[in-house]
Parts: sequence; C-alpha cells; structure tokens
Amino acid sequence: MALEVQQVTKRFGDFTAVDQLSLRVEQGTMYGFLGANGAGKTTTFRMILGLLTPTEGNISWNGRTISYETSPLIGYLPEERGLYPKMKVLDQLIFLGQLRGMKKSAAKSAALHWLDRFEVPQNTNKKVEELSKGNQQKIQVIAALLHNPQLLILDEPFSGLDPVNVEMLKKAIVDFRNSGATILFSSHRMDHVEELCEQLSIIHHGKQLVSGKLRDVKRSFGKQNVRIRADFPLLELESIEGVTTAHHSLEGAVFQVEDEQVAHRLLQAALLKGPIRQFEIEEPSLQDIFIAKVGDENA
Amino acid sequence: MREFWIIFKQSFITKAKTKSFFITTLIMVAGIFLFANLPSIMDKVGQMMGSDEDDHVLVVDESGVLFDRLDEQLQLNEQGISLELTEDSQDQLSEKVQSEEIEAFMELSFGAEQTIQASYTTGSLVDQFLPSALQDALQNIQTQVKADQLSLSGEQVSELFAPIQFEKHNISDTAKSEEELNQARVLVYVLMFVIYFAVIIYSSMIATEVATEKSSRVMEILISSVSPVKHMFAKVLGIGSLGIAQILVYAVSGFLAYKLSSKGEDHELSAFFSLENLQVSTLVYAVVFFLLGYFLYATLAALLGSLVSRTEDVQQMIMPMSLLIVAAFIIAATGLGNPELGYLKIASFIPFFAPLVMFLRVGMLDLPLWEPLLSIGIMIVTIFILGWFGAKVYRGGVLMYGPSRSLKDLKKAIQLGKE
Repeated sequence: MALEVQQVTKRFGDFTAVDQLSLRVEQGTMYGFLGANGAGKTTTFRMILGLLTPTEGNISWNGRTISYETSPLIGYLPEERGLYPKMKVLDQLIFLGQLRGMKKSAAKSAALHWLDRFEVPQNTNKKVEELSKGNQQKIQVIAALLHNPQLLILDEPFSGLDPVNVEMLKKAIVDFRNSGATILFSSHRMDHVEELCEQLSIIHHGKQLVSGKLRDVKRSFGKQNVRIRADFPLLELESIEGVTTAHHSLEGAVFQVEDEQVAHRLLQAALLKGPIRQFEIEEPSLQDIFIAKVGDENA
Repeated sequence: MREFWIIFKQSFITKAKTKSFFITTLIMVAGIFLFANLPSIMDKVGQMMGSDEDDHVLVVDESGVLFDRLDEQLQLNEQGISLELTEDSQDQLSEKVQSEEIEAFMELSFGAEQTIQASYTTGSLVDQFLPSALQDALQNIQTQVKADQLSLSGEQVSELFAPIQFEKHNISDTAKSEEELNQARVLVYVLMFVIYFAVIIYSSMIATEVATEKSSRVMEILISSVSPVKHMFAKVLGIGSLGIAQILVYAVSGFLAYKLSSKGEDHELSAFFSLENLQVSTLVYAVVFFLLGYFLYATLAALLGSLVSRTEDVQQMIMPMSLLIVAAFIIAATGLGNPELGYLKIASFIPFFAPLVMFLRVGMLDLPLWEPLLSIGIMIVTIFILGWFGAKVYRGGVLMYGPSRSLKDLKKAIQLGKE
C-alpha cells in the first residue's frame, strides 16, 4: 500500500519539467514536497493523478497504475481555488462527491459533517464567490476529503488560512494519516513540512536536490547551527575556520558550522573574550537546508 | 457512464437554476405573447393616443368641381381623410403650414386636355400614406372625367381596366403551390431565425461554460475524476438539452399565444402566418437541422473554449466561429427570394452552412430526398471528425494556462493532450 514514483521524467518539447524524480510514500505516512514556484510540483502531481503521462519512468499505487477507475480513492486539492464560483457550497460538494463515486445522500451527510467540523455550517447555502478566501479554501479541502480517499494529494493546502484554521486543517489531515491514508503534499512553508512529514523532497527546476527521511536529510546536510548569546560583539568569531555563515542579532549570533569540532572551537574562542550566557548546538532547520540547496543552485 | 450523467445533470440543472436564464426565458415568453397580440395592442394604443383622428387637408379648388368629387370619393374609401375648402391664398396657407397650424394643403385645377393638376404642400414628407391616398382618389376622378369626355359607359370603363387572368401552374406533383410557397417562406424564415439564434446562443454558452470551469480551476478536479472527452460530450449534451427545453417552452407558449389571439377574430397575424396548412416535414427538418447545427457548432465551441484560460477571452476566441454562423445566415437569407440560386446548392453541402442553407432549400423547394440526406450525412461525419479532433485538443487545452488567445494554441494543446 504505497505510492511509488520511479525515475520519472517529464519533457514538454525541449523543456524538462521534471527530471528523474523518485519517491515512495508508505501507507499511513505523509510526504512533503518542497519547491519554489515553477519547480515542477504541479506537473508531478498531475502525472500522479494520471492527467499527464510521464515521458520516462513509472508511477504506481499499490502496484496499480492510477486511472479513472481509482479516482474514487483519491482526493486532490489543486493549488488554486478549483470551485464553481456561482454554485452553492452544499450543491457543489454533493456534485464533487458524486463525481468521486459517492451516493447523493452519502455525499450530502459527509459534506454537512465536514462543514460542521470546520466550523462553517453557516456557509452551507452560500455561493462560493461570497465566501472569504480562507473559507473557500476550507470548502476546497472538504471537496478533497469528502469521499474518504486513501491517497491524498494536496497542493498548498494551507495557503490563505489564519493560524487557527491551519491548526484545524492540520488536525484533520493528521487524522486521515492516522486512519491509514497515504498523503503527499506540497508547501512553501517549511515549518509545516517539518512538523508533519516523515519524508520529504526538495525539488528545483525539476531536479530532486534532496530527498529522504527528515532526520536523514538534516543529518546529511552536514551543517549545524551554533547559537551563542553574549554581552559583547561576536563579529570576530566569523573568521574561525569551518564557519560558513553567521547571522548577528542584538543578543548574540547564530553560526552555521560544518561539524561539531568547529562548534567547540567557537565556544573556546568566545570564552576567551568574556563570559557567555548561552551556547547551543542546534539541528539545521529545513529552511536553512532549502535556502542552502536552492540558493546554491541559483548561484 | 455514471460520471457522464452527473456532469450532464450538473450542467443542465445549475444553468437552468440561474436567475439570468430564468429571466431570459420569461422575457422571451412575454415577448412571444406580446408579438402574437401586436395588432390588437396597436389598435388599442392608437385609440388611446388619439392618432385615429382624421387627417385634415385644406383644399384650394380653382376648377370649382373637383373638391366635391374628391370629397365624395374619399368618403367612399373611408380612409379617414377630411377635406375643407378654403379661399386663402397660397402664401397664407404656406405660412399656416410653416407655423404648423395645418398639416397640409392642396391646390387643384384642370390643366390642358382636362387633366387634373394637383399640388400638395406639407411641412413634412414623412407621411407617405396621405398624399398617395389623395393621388389615388384623384386618379379615379380623372378616369371618370376622361371617360365622360370620351363618352364611354361604365361597362366600357370597367372593361378597359379589367385585370388580365394570370395563373401560375406547376406541373410537378409535389411542388408547392404559390400559396403554399408563401406560407413556407414565412415558416422557413421564422425557423431559420430560431436555428440561427439557438446555435449562436447555446454554442457560445458552451464555450463560456468551459472557459469558466477552466478559469475557476474546477476543471482540474473534474478531469481528475472524469476523462476530458467524457466531460466535453456531457457538457455539449447537457447544454444542448437545456436549449431544447428552452425552445420547447417558447414553442408551447408561441402556440398558446397564437391560439388565444386568433380565437376571436381573423386578424392580420393569422392571415400572415397560418398554422392550418403547416408542413409537418418542414418542422421535422427544422428539428433535425437545429440538432445537427447545434452539435456541429457546440463541439467547435467546446474546443475553442478549452483553449482560453480567462472568460474574458472567450468572445475573441469564438469570433471566427460566430462569423461562420452569420455567413451561413446571410447566405440563407439571400436565398429566401429565390432558393434555386446555384451557390445555395453548393453551400447546402458545406457542413458549416448546411444547417441553415439546406433547411431553406428543403423547406422551400421540391428536392429529391437524397439531397437533404447527403447534407445530413456530411454534417454527421463532420460532427464526428470535430468531436474526435475536439477531444484531442480538449484533453490538452484544459490543462493549458497562460495567455492563450489565438488559434495557434491548437497545436500546443494537441501536443499537451498526447502527453
């Protein structure tokens, strides 16, 4: 029960949108897909959904290829709002539920249940265009979850939502994972991916720069952050060998270092200058990794 | 098949439930009733506005006899013209006309050879009816005067003006008689209009629908559960059925309006447009050609609609298609007077013109059966080709976003559809 993408390449004429992409999402796990705009995320999703055929490579789910027969088992949330602006919320959800193979009555009760859970029952009979962006996004998410899919593909699920609603949505998605769904989602927000995903990929210009388990990705990044807080300026410490970058603030500085040896050298150098109030070796954040990888690629 | 019906129902019901659709239908029905009762309404309005008052003309009669005879003649004709003899000079009268005190005046005299000379002066020549009624009346008087002069008797005069017997015969059994042809012309003209408007309205509705689904990106969700081809045909059929339903509403209300308005008296409308000797075959052909024309253009419209990504660009994209329909209508309309023109025959086998032109010919002429059948066959084949081609374009077109506004994007869409 896993989604498997093997060595997939997609070319449009001379342009390579996705280049040799591989990933495997086990059942009951979440996979994060990170990339800047135009990195090839949407193309990959479209290939997984069967809307586009890969130029090379294979995509399978539970050993089957994904086709219109499997579509009732798949939930898809497109990046941009994909709803009829003039249709009423409930009618729309029933229609989309029916398209995913639900009976009308089942679709209706599921829609009402989710509207209630997302705290928007008052919007049941409003037209989509009358709703705020965040509320539209909720409807969009309901449309993807309504039919209890086993494979969820979410393209930027949290965009346009305030923190309270993001939490509400996260919880719904985590519940889905816990009940055994396979989830693939993309985001610009590193913190969401860091919090939710067991595995991730960073892609850029169609190439997979980084992929694997979150822990392994961080470990193999090879760099750590050293946070030092002191009452005196730390500018000189930048010149110590093995320090790659440094961010200074009023209370101290964060240095990115190549390994722990460098961290210790930093500590000694700092202590020579005076008393320090805090010293900490941190794991690199996904943000650091993303900027380092994608930034390098751009440079 | 299940998804097909869901999309079909959705495009039918959502559209039928919109306010604009409901209001348009209502206005059209009201319009039909209004049109059917137009003559009696016009009478009523005329009475209310007091425009049925007699036209008043001042007459300067130099001959001394013409005024009485003209007055008599006009009374006889009951044309609502009243005359008044006056002694005023031409200048005085001209001034009165200028100051709009009177509408018109006329000077009558006998010229050489006892020929009536009349000069009609008015402030505006917009009204053509009044002077021509006067002219006709004077012509009659002239005839009588001349007959008296030549001492011809009443019989001799009527013999002189006896109309010739001119009958038109047609030796083909199935050919339409003069009367039938006139009625057929009206019926064909009306139905041609219906087909023309229906095709133009519903096909642009399809293009707009498809473009709306694309621009609202709901398309991406739709085609992840239904194949684009299924979606396209469900859409075309859904809107098509909606169109048929709407036209049926119009037809029923038209029939009711006709029945109600022609119940009391025989007035102009029923004389002009009679349902009594309605040709059933013409109606059947109208339905057939409407359906074929619709599917032909709707498939094309869906194809074009799938190429644009914003609804604002739809009109521009379907412009060539609209021109094609307009051209078909113009060709057909020029043939109303003479449906046997050579270019009509050719046009009636060109698929995009056929729905209107072949319908005109089959409605007006006595064609061998193979001609309409061949034309229908050609259209069906074209619809299939367009459907097949449209499906190819559609598959890629619906995934294509960006500033696509020209037909060049066809190639891109087909390319994308293959991938």
